[in-house]
Amino acid sequence: MSVNKENVAKIASLARIKMSDDELERMVPELNQILGWVDQLSEVDCSNVEPMTAVIPNELRLRADEVNADPKTGGDRRDDVLANAPAAEHGFFGVPKVIE
Amino acid sequence: MSNLTDLGVAAIRDGVANGDFSAREVAEAFNANVAAAADLNAFIVTTPERALEAADGVDADRAAGKELGSMAGVPIGMKDLFATKGVQTTAASHILEGFTPQYESTVSSNLWAAGAGMLGKLNLDQFAMGSSNETSYFGNVTSPWRRPDGSNTPMSPGGSSGGSSTAVSARLAPAATGTDTGGSIRQPAAFTGITGVKPTYGRCSRWGVVAFASSLDQAGPMAHDVRDCAIMLGAMAGFDPKDSTSLDLPVPDWEAALNSDLKGKKVGIPKEYRMEGTDPEILQSWDNGIAWLKDAGAEIVEISLPHTKYALPAYYIIAPAEASSNLARYDGVRYGLRDLPDGAGLQDMYAETRAAGFGDEVKRRVLIGTYVLSAGFYDAYYNQAQKIRTLVAQDFEKAWEHCDVILAPTTPSASFGLGEKDDDPLGMYLNDVFAVPASLAGLPAMSVPCGVTSEGLPLGLQIVGKAFDEQGVMNAGLAIEERAGFTAKPEKWW
Repeated sequence: MSVNKENVAKIASLARIKMSDDELERMVPELNQILGWVDQLSEVDCSNVEPMTAVIPNELRLRADEVNADPKTGGDRRDDVLANAPAAEHGFFGVPKVIE
Repeated sequence: MSNLTDLGVAAIRDGVANGDFSAREVAEAFNANVAAAADLNAFIVTTPERALEAADGVDADRAAGKELGSMAGVPIGMKDLFATKGVQTTAASHILEGFTPQYESTVSSNLWAAGAGMLGKLNLDQFAMGSSNETSYFGNVTSPWRRPDGSNTPMSPGGSSGGSSTAVSARLAPAATGTDTGGSIRQPAAFTGITGVKPTYGRCSRWGVVAFASSLDQAGPMAHDVRDCAIMLGAMAGFDPKDSTSLDLPVPDWEAALNSDLKGKKVGIPKEYRMEGTDPEILQSWDNGIAWLKDAGAEIVEISLPHTKYALPAYYIIAPAEASSNLARYDGVRYGLRDLPDGAGLQDMYAETRAAGFGDEVKRRVLIGTYVLSAGFYDAYYNQAQKIRTLVAQDFEKAWEHCDVILAPTTPSASFGLGEKDDDPLGMYLNDVFAVPASLAGLPAMSVPCGVTSEGLPLGLQIVGKAFDEQGVMNAGLAIEERAGFTAKPEKWW
């Protein structure tokens, strides 16, 4: 399978990365080279193969059902969470207006 | 007293414990080397005060007769992918420039608790995506090694842990942390003549490590020799409830159990790794490794890993797919860069921020990942790649019926000049052809220096082991190290 400029523009839009016409033009052959190369995977008959879900068998754990069991991942850290925000006000993240 | 910066982890730990020198003297010596090596661009941020502070703590503990940790007095470099509280953490990206974590990653916490100190945050390929350390927003890292032809071409230290490999090789740090998603510890270690271990997936917590491809990412040590790696891995590893894939297993004392006598062990030689067009010097180094392991008492057996050829293309679907998902968090809202043109709305802000904040290789991989996960292509690409991943893992399972560890080259070539491969993304990916299969299967693997090419550049041999058998991997690595007699060092020019 291969992609054209419109496809790449659509992918870039899905990925929320703004790209100029020049960048899109440049990406088309690069992506096609990579996609052409990974196409060889279709040679392999995988009809009876399960897709990998975990490399090392490991059961997902539940944490203890208590508030702030691990303070590092618990609550009450609003100021820490906001500390690196480009815009934060009144204890919230600030974003451009989204409602007209 | 010889130069303190010639010492490795074990020698520093022992020397500090014995009172041969103080931890502060060690930290000062390495801080001085770091300060004098700006030309290598190995560090994004240096933190000499942190190294001194940790050293003073160790010296005080020793004076007070307290028990010292396994890394006591050892200053290290920290790959700038680990969140460090109060110290900028960027993943070598513009989008995280200025990000100052309010928390410490589990791996770095473990190292500080063991008595290590931090010399600084090491440069890397942006978001750990690259094999030459040419994708960092903060500039290329230059290897301390040069071709002896007098051309002074700046050479690649490998990637993505290129700051780590350069820092250790140039003796700016006795050891450094690395992370390995598809070879990012092993390939740079091989390129710079040092030792690096990628443990079993889940040994080291991923909590606080900037995520690239979460099902593959593993932290590990990079140092001068196998013993130093064994010590440092012991300090880094351990169960962490904050990482859902962390292994709930005790951490063995790998250093104490090091043993290069391989009698009764079988070493598998995968015939599919003998690829057409492989550099004869690489094949020669592999043959040397076979002879050394035989000499250590091991029996050599040929094995087959039939899906080897498909591992790399499968990796270049799986890793970008996970990356596109992981990197969705960089949105200009919660941390890092925000690019908000006048009058722009929320969606424009996302797209502008990500356009300005991500480098070309990161964009390329996010686009590939977005594409292979998109409706209509998911089965053909992503699901097919995950099935291939199952087959690659099954290849190893079958191989373990015939052998205990596998020996292979780490890389298909020695280091290359910076800029020599950067117009060919696909050619760059091929660097990891020997490293990626073990990553896809989550297996422990290491690179150990084995010699130099006719051009005078280092080469590494790779050992892959069964899940949880880091000991078997490091024992075979030690057997090679003892026989390879690798003493080559880069001549100082920086």
